[in-house]
Amino acid sequence: MKPAPFIRHVPKTLDEALKVLAEVAPEDGRILAGGQSLVPIMAFRLAKPAHLVDINEVEGLDRLHSDGKTLSIGARVRHGAFHKNVVDNPLGKLLTFVGHHIAHYPIRMRGTFCGSLAHADPSSEWCLVSATLDATMIAKSARGERTIKATDYFQGIMSTALAEDELLAEVRLPLLAADAKFGFNEFSRRAGDFAMSASLVTYTVKNGKIADAHVGVGGAEPSPRRIAEAETALNGQTPGDAAFRAAAEAAASAIEPLEDHQTTGEYRRDLVRAVVRRALENSQS
Amino acid sequence: MTEKFVGRSVPRLEDRPLLTGQGKFAADVCFRGQWTMRVVRSPIAHGTIKSIDASAALALPGVHAVWTADDVAHIPPIPFRLTGLKALEPYRQPVLASNTVRYVGEPVAVVFADDQYVAEDAADLVELDIEPLPALTDATDEAGIYEAGLTTEPSVVRKGYGDIDVAFRNAHAVVSLELSVGRHTGVPMETRGAIARYDAARDVLEMHGAAKVPHWNRDTMAKMLGRKRDSVQLYEGHVGGGFGIRGEIYPEDVLVCAAALKFKKPIKWIEDRREHLIAANHSRQQRHKIRAAIDADGLILGIDNEFFHDNGAYMRTHAATVPDLAAAMLPGPYKVPAYRAVGHIRLTNKTPCGTYRAPGRYESTFVRERLLDAIAAKVGVDTVEIRRRNLIGKTAMPYTLGLETLGTHIVYDSGDYARLLDKALAAADWPKLQTDLRARRAKGEKVGCGVAMFVEKSGLGPFDTVRVEVKATGGVEVITGVASIGQGVETVIAQICADALGVDYKTINVIHGQTDRIDKGMGAFASRVTVMCGEATRLAATKLRDKALNHAAQLMQTSADRLDIIDGDVVRIGGGPSMPLSEVARALPEGLNAEDTFESAHMVYPYGVHVAAVRVDPETGGVAIERYVMAYDIGKAVNPKLVEGQIAGGLAQGIGGALLEEFLYDDSGEPLSVTFADYLMPTAHEVPPSTILITEDAPSPLNPLGLKGAGEGGTNPVGAVIASAIDDAIGIPGAVTVLPVTPQRLKALLK
Repeated sequence: MKPAPFIRHVPKTLDEALKVLAEVAPEDGRILAGGQSLVPIMAFRLAKPAHLVDINEVEGLDRLHSDGKTLSIGARVRHGAFHKNVVDNPLGKLLTFVGHHIAHYPIRMRGTFCGSLAHADPSSEWCLVSATLDATMIAKSARGERTIKATDYFQGIMSTALAEDELLAEVRLPLLAADAKFGFNEFSRRAGDFAMSASLVTYTVKNGKIADAHVGVGGAEPSPRRIAEAETALNGQTPGDAAFRAAAEAAASAIEPLEDHQTTGEYRRDLVRAVVRRALENSQS
Repeated sequence: MTEKFVGRSVPRLEDRPLLTGQGKFAADVCFRGQWTMRVVRSPIAHGTIKSIDASAALALPGVHAVWTADDVAHIPPIPFRLTGLKALEPYRQPVLASNTVRYVGEPVAVVFADDQYVAEDAADLVELDIEPLPALTDATDEAGIYEAGLTTEPSVVRKGYGDIDVAFRNAHAVVSLELSVGRHTGVPMETRGAIARYDAARDVLEMHGAAKVPHWNRDTMAKMLGRKRDSVQLYEGHVGGGFGIRGEIYPEDVLVCAAALKFKKPIKWIEDRREHLIAANHSRQQRHKIRAAIDADGLILGIDNEFFHDNGAYMRTHAATVPDLAAAMLPGPYKVPAYRAVGHIRLTNKTPCGTYRAPGRYESTFVRERLLDAIAAKVGVDTVEIRRRNLIGKTAMPYTLGLETLGTHIVYDSGDYARLLDKALAAADWPKLQTDLRARRAKGEKVGCGVAMFVEKSGLGPFDTVRVEVKATGGVEVITGVASIGQGVETVIAQICADALGVDYKTINVIHGQTDRIDKGMGAFASRVTVMCGEATRLAATKLRDKALNHAAQLMQTSADRLDIIDGDVVRIGGGPSMPLSEVARALPEGLNAEDTFESAHMVYPYGVHVAAVRVDPETGGVAIERYVMAYDIGKAVNPKLVEGQIAGGLAQGIGGALLEEFLYDDSGEPLSVTFADYLMPTAHEVPPSTILITEDAPSPLNPLGLKGAGEGGTNPVGAVIASAIDDAIGIPGAVTVLPVTPQRLKALLK
């Protein structure tokens, strides 16, 4: 349970961090933020990075800020930041609600939002949030900066569009409509475990009908994503049991479920059906 | 003896150092100049070792040596401590694999280095060339070849009495079930650890980090290493949980000792958690095919059970203990006129097994109680009524079962099973609970409840010896050969000693687990300590009291019968001058001490009832426990709060086995549950509040205090009662046949 030898770099500025990262990336250099995933896998020696670029002292990366249209979340913002409402918008409430499902308190006080996205575990709550809300990722490297859409960003189990010399410096989440409703539900074997399936939904109600439905599913496929079939089943319908069941069924059919030794595809579909319907039933403004 | 402390929930004496961070666990033991040992483990479940190349490891700065089997060829395999059958001996585990590896995690080499980091780096560099062989992972498959001349079925446990064929011939009906229990283990918070050092000046080998059975391990270690018994000493520090698996002799313990002798350096090995989950004993995995012959009223005429016990790759110190207990304890609290058990001990390419809290009984209680539920369904009576009909009556006590285990005849010493059932149902408000659940089911909820009963065993002999001494400087020392695995030994033994002697329990220092302080000791297992050591303490303290009073009578110029000992002072009955015990001790050249031994050829049998109510989530297959009641009759509770702690902790482990924990393997024998992300221990979220009812209706007639052990009753029937409650919730009698009931398995049952 001791990691293989590595060199830890502690840059103080973003430029310095990107420069070091560019240098060490070819030697499996990695960013260390909260370390809640990376450090355990290093202890198991499943990962043996020769260099860690520790960004915990980099100025400015702890910025959490809204310009009235989007919420920008810097690379050092920890899960625990969302224990309180960070923005006067339904998005703030959504992040607080979802954030409480992440692991356990000590982990939330250390792990970071952007770290979760860089790690890209299929079950990650923040990955699901980012996929469902069409987040924009800001990747920075010594070569420059680029933005990546959520649909391009997630590329499978623990795989993203980030290049090895890129730091996920910021994630931008669009604020929700003032009257937007959201709902979230996940199923795990124990409280705080990685979800075996999770769903986040948002929508508004116009003239009694559902509009602009976003139905995200996580934990069920290699990456979280919006399920268009479920959204189609909702838009234009009256909110209620019939529409919610139809959407849940559509989501369960649409996914290509992950299977492992503990979980059959059929069971995963059962879970998706349950979490989508429950997310919709629990939805609130 | 006036009961001033016995029977009261006085605070634990152990807590001050533990709660103030002064505890000293295995990893806290450090010696100057120590080397760290790291074990290189087989990544292959079954294979032939072609070569092991340690040259790269040895070249690393800070690495002192690498051992393979050749370096320990003089050390015999680890012997059996309990239930050792001759036929099992060829299956004992060598301390390092020589030609064949038999499970993933098997030690094949050890690295000795300056520190843990270097040791792990070096272990990574040891190159293993192992040619894979087909792995056997299912104990119910045809027995295979273990090695030339040996099959993977070394022995079959056979137990029985009565005429089983007649029972089935006369049966009104036969109920048959096939049931499986998963592979689990106790997972102590503290992993294993062993630190050995050799003192050349005294020619003494010390091993620190001992637990559970230090004296047996000392004797065994001495034999294995060819040393005189007194030249090996074991020391127990604080121990972060036992549960059956901690404190047995494992390969790593022998390796640190052998290396300390060889290199004349202190050698330290601390197990990491991943190692723990593949290297320390597993337990419980069994498959049972059980049949009951019953009459028209559901009375049992006979039980016939064949089961397969998956012992993993080797027979370790417990040898046949677990399958033997499963077979012997299966009849439980019911009248079973004819009984036959055939238990196939099977070897597979998985981590070897030993005992885990309520060993054999967690399994056989699940099987028996499932059977009782099935009989109820067959006859058309409810699950409580079927149990009432079959219970052994109070007047039948003591009840000779007609079976043997752990070298003793099973004789239920005392019990009023029906009365405890009544008390448990009352505590659960059973009629109302059923009415409420029925109403909720009518509204579509999947809720249900179940009841399970069991008989435990405890207080295994054959003896315990205790020495009690009043120190001339004040205070009392109790020296015993039992061990503390966190259960509160010091407090409970002090309480008993305090009452027998007439002192405050807080003035008593209980020394345990130190082989250089007392010559013999049986250790802590099988819920034996309070019964065996408790009675030995009472005997020795009583002897000491008499001695003290006689000497004090001379000093105080009176007769002993006019004296009493109160709060550590010898006082005149009716008043007058008094004298502290320590002063009596100072007046005696040989000091004030006494030793006594309690011998017992029979175990004592506590019994219990658990009631559970659960809610099943039909969409996900999840289970929530809504209500949990445990009633346990232990004859006499020395410290009720500690008993409650035992029962509450036992429940958590029982729930793990019932719903969450399972060591899974793929077909090649690759373990799939090697971290806490895969081997799911219940957390505070998963363990519900519970009601604990400790009763003292049936004191044991085998010791004057009436004591019975309390260590395993919280765990024993949990799988059984959860299964029963789930059946009730989903309205499918007999639905649950496999533990743990994972959400996926339960969801499949609902389809």
